[in-house]
Amino acid sequence: MELFRGVHVDWLGKKWYFLAFSMIFSVAGIISMGMHWAHPIGGMRSPVPLGVDFRGGTQVQVKFQQAPDINRIRQAVAAAGIKDSTIQPIQNINEAGGNEVLISLPEQQDETSLDAGRKQIVDALQANYSNPFTVSKTEVVGPTVGRQLETKALLATLYSMLGMLVYLWFRFQLIYGVAAVVACFHDTLITVGAFALTNQEISLTVIAAILTLVGYSMNDTIVVFDRIRENLRLSRREALPDVVNRSINQTLSRTVLTSGLTFLTVLSLYVFGGQVLRGFSFALVVGILIGTYSSIAVAAPMLVAWQEWRGKRGKATALPAAKRTRV
Amino acid sequence: MKKNLNGKIALIVGVLVLCIWGIFGASSGVTGKDLTEGLTRRIHLGLDLRGGAHLILQVKVEEAVTAETNNTAALIQQDLKKANLSYTQVIVPDPAKPQVIRVEGTAPASSNAVRTLLDSTRYSNEYNLDSVGDNAWTLTMKQPVLTALETKTVQQAIEALGDRVNALGVSEPVIQEYGLGANQILVELPGVENESDIEKIIQGTNRLEIHAVVGGPYKDEQDAVASVGVGGSLPAEDELKSFTPVIGGSADTQSVYVLQRVSVVAGNDFRSADPGTDMNTGRRNVQFVLTNEAGDRFYEYTSKNVGRSMAVVMNDQVREVANIQSAIRDRGEIVGSFTQDEVTALSKLLSTGALPASLSQLEKRFVGASLGADSIHKGVTAAIVGVLVVMVFMLIYYRGSGINADLALIMNLVILLGIMGLSSALTGGANALTLTLPGIAGVILTIGMGVDSNVLIFERIREEVRAGKLPSAAVDQGFAHAWVTIVDTHVTTIVSAAILFMFGTGPVKGFAVTLTIGLLANLFTAVFVSRVIFDAHLNKLKPGQPLSI
Repeated sequence: MELFRGVHVDWLGKKWYFLAFSMIFSVAGIISMGMHWAHPIGGMRSPVPLGVDFRGGTQVQVKFQQAPDINRIRQAVAAAGIKDSTIQPIQNINEAGGNEVLISLPEQQDETSLDAGRKQIVDALQANYSNPFTVSKTEVVGPTVGRQLETKALLATLYSMLGMLVYLWFRFQLIYGVAAVVACFHDTLITVGAFALTNQEISLTVIAAILTLVGYSMNDTIVVFDRIRENLRLSRREALPDVVNRSINQTLSRTVLTSGLTFLTVLSLYVFGGQVLRGFSFALVVGILIGTYSSIAVAAPMLVAWQEWRGKRGKATALPAAKRTRV
Repeated sequence: MKKNLNGKIALIVGVLVLCIWGIFGASSGVTGKDLTEGLTRRIHLGLDLRGGAHLILQVKVEEAVTAETNNTAALIQQDLKKANLSYTQVIVPDPAKPQVIRVEGTAPASSNAVRTLLDSTRYSNEYNLDSVGDNAWTLTMKQPVLTALETKTVQQAIEALGDRVNALGVSEPVIQEYGLGANQILVELPGVENESDIEKIIQGTNRLEIHAVVGGPYKDEQDAVASVGVGGSLPAEDELKSFTPVIGGSADTQSVYVLQRVSVVAGNDFRSADPGTDMNTGRRNVQFVLTNEAGDRFYEYTSKNVGRSMAVVMNDQVREVANIQSAIRDRGEIVGSFTQDEVTALSKLLSTGALPASLSQLEKRFVGASLGADSIHKGVTAAIVGVLVVMVFMLIYYRGSGINADLALIMNLVILLGIMGLSSALTGGANALTLTLPGIAGVILTIGMGVDSNVLIFERIREEVRAGKLPSAAVDQGFAHAWVTIVDTHVTTIVSAAILFMFGTGPVKGFAVTLTIGLLANLFTAVFVSRVIFDAHLNKLKPGQPLSI
């Protein structure tokens, strides 16, 4: 079986469509982030809904023996004088009636009583709601740790992109690195935007997914770049846009196959992996689609655009085929 | 031309055998149950999968520093008094700067004598002296001394926590310093089912001390001040402590003692303590042994104060007042109206060492075992579905070569799990690589990304075949061209995984681990193993027969 045999698509000719497509999604994401910023939750300003890892606070996941009544739980908790709690049932795609409920409290400023929130919730349920339960998960994060994690997550994403830039600079040329990093940034922006749009929380594992996505999107871009480099060496007289188009077409089959397969595995994670990994797999599902798209529609056109811009300024017109470092 | 592949095949079989041993160990049998048992023994599961608690605690080192400077402040007062030098007060003025002691109101005339006293080696080893104006002085704890005290406090807290965790019977706990110099402790307690158990470990920061009694008992504070105080207030070197005869006793039996502020013996001076019964009275007691250094101090004190009283203070309350009958060096007993539980609790507390400072929780994560089991189930389901989908697709799309890719894929997974198992077998479990729920996600992602190498190679071989090359040349060229790309793609992914490993905590680290090992193993399986399978196949291929790809 073979797909995409002998494709001749003029990808660069569609660059304005690509630009429009990318702009729509980026801007939608940015606007949605702006909305979140304008409406802080519990006094915390943030462009995306943050999970308890970063926001701080208390989350208790409770499994009831019988189907829980959210209103009764709300009353039980309120009766114990607990303010600002949010109570939500945990939805499992493939199992109805998990009887699990997530009860969250906002951040406690006082770190000495960090654990008090959990106790209050458990006591309130025991006293005021006659439905036996077990606590299946507790997460309590104080302001110090939340802030530390926030900084760490940002730094990790930045360092990871920087690391890639340096590697590509070393293996190809600076402009290849810049184009690839711009494409990665584009993917990250749209993925984070998707979290803002769908109002899902970003947790530590989501950051892990985003970093993976950075690596993955870079993979796709490198495969195309490797081909461009190879073709440039073989046919020095061909115009750059033609070389780029040909390279994309030659690798298209691989790009679609790999992305398709990775997408399927991630989809299986999204469907079967359970609620704990939902955010993580959501980021990968979105990210793999966008990452594949961006290596064709963002990174490669950027190379050409840069070349044309240099050509206009009367600089060297040929894109350096780059030293071929044998590995 | 046929290639001799025997050496390479032997290597592959060797790696496979090693990894399978790594996963299952020397399994006692080949039934499903035996294998699962071996597997669970070898693969080290993270807290999110096996259930348990993860805590980050902040040691309030400033409490230990304050205790130390307060003690020194009280010593200074004693010394000033002994030397007949007047002063108004010696205090630790700023709670935010507990390392600074301030001596106020000394007479300008005796300024030199005060300086000589405060600058004597008794203090100058640990404190820097500054004069503030004519009649005030500050003693600031030297930075190295302060740092050493803080480190010691954190270490003592770790030891004390360790003792308590052991008493609880938690297997494979982790208790270690966390972060860089922020006085934080990471505690991981696998398999802890009850959250109140965790509370027990952290709480009970009880400082136990023995103080000299100045006067008492009095019925209330006014009474005490009236009897001992000068001009309506207590001398600065003394303090008031209320007396509760039984641990947790009711308030109406309270009376008040006046004690010397400087303790004779503090919590960390106890070497061991055991519950017992007093030979003469039959009352329950706690028999304790002090450390050598504290024993000397205790002997000096008790020999000078025979006939006087001393008080056992715990949690800022007097628990017991005893008459000193003879000099005691390092063995003694605390007798009181204790219940058996209290005696046991108190002796355990003393022998494990009280926490030198209280702890606050910065972060706490608890996962029940049932949720963990559920997560394993879901993660494994997702992985199996993912593997099957990919394998079936490769078979359909690449036909004969699909078998090659599928073999490589299975071996990739075996090596990944094998290395995780080997890490636990070789390090005895202490530093084993941990499989977490995001780690399982990493395994699944490895399948998707690992198969990319095969796709890259196969697509390239197809191109070469289309260009009219013979199967063996096409395979050669395909591997040669794809190899460069594969290295580049693996390096970038491993760079992000390495950064995740450095920045991430617990579960996320597990993700970085499986992804990195998976991709490294993939270099071996997708390039080396797959190539050997191709070569073996080419050896059997008759001339002119096409490659199934």
